[in-house]
Amino acid sequence: MRIFDPHIHMTSRTTDDYEAMYAAGVRAVVEPSFWLGQPRTSPASFRDYFDSLLGWEPFRAAQYGIAHHCTIALNPKEANDPRCAPVLDELPRYLVKDNVVAVGEVGYDSMTPAEDTALATQLQLAADHGLPALVHTPHRDKLAGLRRTLDAVRESALPPERVLVDHLNETTVKEAKDSGCWLGFSVYPDTKMDEERMVAILRAYGTEQILVNSAADWGRSDPLKTRKVGDLMLAEGFGEDDVDQVLWRNPVAFYGLSGRLNLDVTGTAATHEGNSILRGVPKDPHEPDPAPTAPARLPGTEA
Amino acid sequence: MTHPRATPAASTDSTQQAPSTGTHTGQTVPATGLTTAPSLADLRRHLTTQLDPAARTWLEHALDEAAAHPGVHGPISPWELRLAEAGRRCGAAHADAARVLILDAARAGTDALTRVYFQGTADERRAVLHALPHLVPGPGALPLVEDALRTNDTRLLTAAVGPYAARHLAAHDWRHAVLKCLFTGVPVEHVADLGRRAHGDGELARMLGDYAAERTAAGRPVPEDLYRVLDLTEPVPPTAGPADPHGKES
Ligand SMILES: [Zn+2]
Repeated sequence: MRIFDPHIHMTSRTTDDYEAMYAAGVRAVVEPSFWLGQPRTSPASFRDYFDSLLGWEPFRAAQYGIAHHCTIALNPKEANDPRCAPVLDELPRYLVKDNVVAVGEVGYDSMTPAEDTALATQLQLAADHGLPALVHTPHRDKLAGLRRTLDAVRESALPPERVLVDHLNETTVKEAKDSGCWLGFSVYPDTKMDEERMVAILRAYGTEQILVNSAADWGRSDPLKTRKVGDLMLAEGFGEDDVDQVLWRNPVAFYGLSGRLNLDVTGTAATHEGNSILRGVPKDPHEPDPAPTAPARLPGTEA
Repeated sequence: MTHPRATPAASTDSTQQAPSTGTHTGQTVPATGLTTAPSLADLRRHLTTQLDPAARTWLEHALDEAAAHPGVHGPISPWELRLAEAGRRCGAAHADAARVLILDAARAGTDALTRVYFQGTADERRAVLHALPHLVPGPGALPLVEDALRTNDTRLLTAAVGPYAARHLAAHDWRHAVLKCLFTGVPVEHVADLGRRAHGDGELARMLGDYAAERTAAGRPVPEDLYRVLDLTEPVPPTAGPADPHGKES
């Protein structure tokens, strides 16, 4: 089973998680920018976070055989802090980067005017940069939040087929589907969705345009929830192809809209073909890169 | 894996003096294993033959544009945009070389290289490091090398220990860079001018010996590369002068 987790905050996870995810079949992840539990107080803190999503985290993932991409945005929660909002002006230079496959997570938290502004601004940035958008739907007052979210999408320059509306559940899936957006479901140990309810939704709404994620972060969450949904789908009578569509092909299609998805994990070997010419040892272009059968390990804490 | 040389060549015992002749930068030492980096023309030729037609056209346009409009224009200069998108345009395998050529075409000096390094992804930072020996004649861009050497990203470390570091990095920092390669598993064959700079470096020999002793004490294997570098630190016996115990902090 090949798995693409389209929404997971690996910054908050350990190398044990990467190892377990690889063993479970995860070969690609997208890490959306979000808040870190502790509120930020300045754009500088965002810059370091974005740099990490474009530097250290993909390096860490590659060592475990997992392709890592990210989405960049000012999240709705911190959009309400006037000390953080100026980071909106710095987003354009991040949105041109190779590993950025969407604008996100944008959306609503408390549905404030500041959140309206941040959402509209960032949907426009997505349109301007040829990127799709990952839109978080609020956890409180969810159905009203979804409606306001879909209104904002309709008013934006971004067509619904370039928008993924996430954290959906039984109460919001119908209207989200009718909007033409892609549908995201976060499967969590206690809150949001669980595996059984997820499979019921797949049975009711089909496997088209549906993405399942673990949304694992620093809270109580499980980075293997994608695999558990795949296993339950098979146990409940879905075919291998259905599982592949939901857990691999749908996320590839959605983030592929960016034109920037690169699922080859070049790994951490300094000797991969791209660098050899720069060291003056042009490699035979037909010679395959030594693809590690088992992913390499981090050199350890001693480094 | 057990190395045949289980006993470290130099010990932590201070009475056992490691050979030391001093290796001040610029000191005349036999040029062993001098690395010859490819020229920018080599890179251009390589990409011209390797890129598919669409990517080649894109790169040619990007280079012309950078040459015509270098410097700073608005929040993101056009050549900086090309630098950012080189990976998806040329493919990951050719991105580093393409970016080096764009930096050259834009005649990026130390200030511009510093800006795009610190505003860049890890891939862009790596390309800047590769560009340094071509574009920066003096030591002014050393802070970028030092920044990369502080990371644990082996792809950045590998790029950081190239010809620019060989030329300009101070002895203390250079020795720590070599040691960091051994710690993080970066093959020392990537350290430019390793033979020339390691030659007769008694302090480096001591550090390697201590590291080997630490590994041995922990019951861990000593990296093969450690002995390779240790051998390079030995002065050539017939021509070496008397060991200078005060010359280690070069
Ligand atoms: Zn999230």
